Amino acid sequence: MTELWIEGVGIFAPGLIGWEQAAPVLAGRQPYAPAEPPKLAPALLPADVRRRTTDHIRLAVEVAGEAVRHAQADAAALWSVFATSESDGAISHNICEEVAKAVPEVSPTRFHNSVTNAPAGYWCMAVQSHAPSISLSGFDASFGAGLIEAGVQVRAERCSVLLVAHDAPFPEPLHSVRPMNALFGVALVLAPARSARSLARLVVAIEPTLHALSRLPDAGLDGLRTGNPAARSLPLLAALARREAVELFLPYVHSQALRVNVQPV
Amino acid sequence: MTPLVLTRFTAVNALGRGNAAVLEALTAARTGLKPCTFEKVRLETYVGEVAGLDELSVCERLAEFDCRNNRLAELALEQDGFAAGIAQVRAKYGPRRIAVILGTSTSGILETEHAYRQRDARTGALPASYRFATTHNLYASTDFVRRYLDLEGPAVMISTACSSSAKVFASAWRLIEQGLCDAAVVGGVDSLCQNTLYGFASLDLVGREPCRPCDAQRGGISIGEAAGFALLERPEQAASHSGVALLGYGESSDAYHMSTPHPEGAGAALAMRRALASAALAPAAIDYINMHGTASQVNDSMEDKAISAVFGSHTACSSTKGWTGHALGAAGITEAVISALCIQNGIRPGCLNTRSIDPGFTSQVLLSNQSGAVQRVLSNSFGFGGSNCSLIFGAHP
Repeated sequence: MTELWIEGVGIFAPGLIGWEQAAPVLAGRQPYAPAEPPKLAPALLPADVRRRTTDHIRLAVEVAGEAVRHAQADAAALWSVFATSESDGAISHNICEEVAKAVPEVSPTRFHNSVTNAPAGYWCMAVQSHAPSISLSGFDASFGAGLIEAGVQVRAERCSVLLVAHDAPFPEPLHSVRPMNALFGVALVLAPARSARSLARLVVAIEPTLHALSRLPDAGLDGLRTGNPAARSLPLLAALARREAVELFLPYVHSQALRVNVQPV
Repeated sequence: MTPLVLTRFTAVNALGRGNAAVLEALTAARTGLKPCTFEKVRLETYVGEVAGLDELSVCERLAEFDCRNNRLAELALEQDGFAAGIAQVRAKYGPRRIAVILGTSTSGILETEHAYRQRDARTGALPASYRFATTHNLYASTDFVRRYLDLEGPAVMISTACSSSAKVFASAWRLIEQGLCDAAVVGGVDSLCQNTLYGFASLDLVGREPCRPCDAQRGGISIGEAAGFALLERPEQAASHSGVALLGYGESSDAYHMSTPHPEGAGAALAMRRALASAALAPAAIDYINMHGTASQVNDSMEDKAISAVFGSHTACSSTKGWTGHALGAAGITEAVISALCIQNGIRPGCLNTRSIDPGFTSQVLLSNQSGAVQRVLSNSFGFGGSNCSLIFGAHP
């Protein structure tokens, strides 16, 4: 069992643009109306840097920046965990297309942006953080795998951790073999102890037996949940938005579940 | 931190299959690097290729995972009795109490490269035989390994470029310390693919000759492929062990540039200092530093500065990439295994292929192998995105 305190949230997905707008929708007070999200332009990336990045990177930096502002945290001091099922699908597609040619010409910028920890690298540069940072994948359970890594960091290292989960649909032809229905980014600032900024207490444990996963009552939001690995976090975000004490079951690896006890403060 | 023993470990890389082959090549000063003939790649360079992977396939029950990356993983699991040893600890702890924490940079993307050459001319679709989740996906090799070993504990694939399979040790230590598992299989696997060969070439980082770490005339990296695994347990719970323990780890971020390390090695020095602090050791307690030492101009120069800043100029150090090449996401575990072999066998390797050390360097770079007791080794792994990890291994009675 791992005890954590949430201090800040960031979110970016169709119809869920920032926590302030998303919270009443996730709480069920406003209807969910998905629409093409605005162009990603995180303020933390200077224009010349932003031009060299991709939407996958911008999505991570956007939600990370929002969560840290929300938590009023010292961004440079936070450890970070970036969870993604697929890393940067657009770059994978582009480089695989290029190396299929007789004379491949891989773009150096695209190549260095192709590493899974590229979003982490841009984040650390943007906030000048020298703290440890891990990037990881657990396929459809990437959010759960990230929550476990972030949780044990918080407890074992007694540090505050920025957890970011983000994935975006592949272009074709990879979209057909690994479909996602929308892009989704979420970030949480997780602290080891209660503070004036605490939003909720979480107790996370790996459930020993098979358990049905938590769903969302709204069909549109539940479709988003199952359509992107990072969106598997939505039941937790909805509980935070409703300020509701609840026990949730989120997907973990090997078809296991994480039992997440949420207690708003 | 509380040390964890390496109950057992193994490696497969360009030097051969298993610890004995790696040790033999190290002591004989024989490189595993050869001119690149991989998949008709048109690059004049040397690679550390693992022989025989094309002739293998993964075990029948996991046939859907068949790809170069998972073949390499399985090959390593079958060396040095590793898989059989896991069966014993599985019976002791139960499958849910053993984690699988691995690192990779490109997973099985080679399968996608093949599939992109066979797209339907009309629709652009990938061939029907192509399997995504069990090959290309980053988590695929972790899923393969944990199924192969019948383990059901916490599992994840860490992907932080060339520090990936070093950071697995830190992550596993935290999981054990927090009681989420009793033991952890850590390691990594990365296999040759055109993405990395052409990608590093696009950055002018690939050398034309076998890499020469720390050489005044070093001309860039030799890309390699490798897999390696270690089982970590609390010393008091291990029935027997390798005599080597993980004593400390240090992680840091450069926050400087995506593909160029901080020129003074600030992030690298920070990782080494954090590793020493976590092991509660003074710099003088380290007998040998296994450098990241890629043989790129900037890496070796900044790493020399960082080592000199933390250790002064008397601690023996070298890079073993002249033997194995740079195995990227598997470099951390490859060099963790080499560090353990150095402790077990009392050797400090030199920099193979290196003729004369960069005259600007101030650290104690070894040109040839030395023998003598080695109590503690610090191993460095640094990756794109400024991801740094230093590990300390030591003799454990």
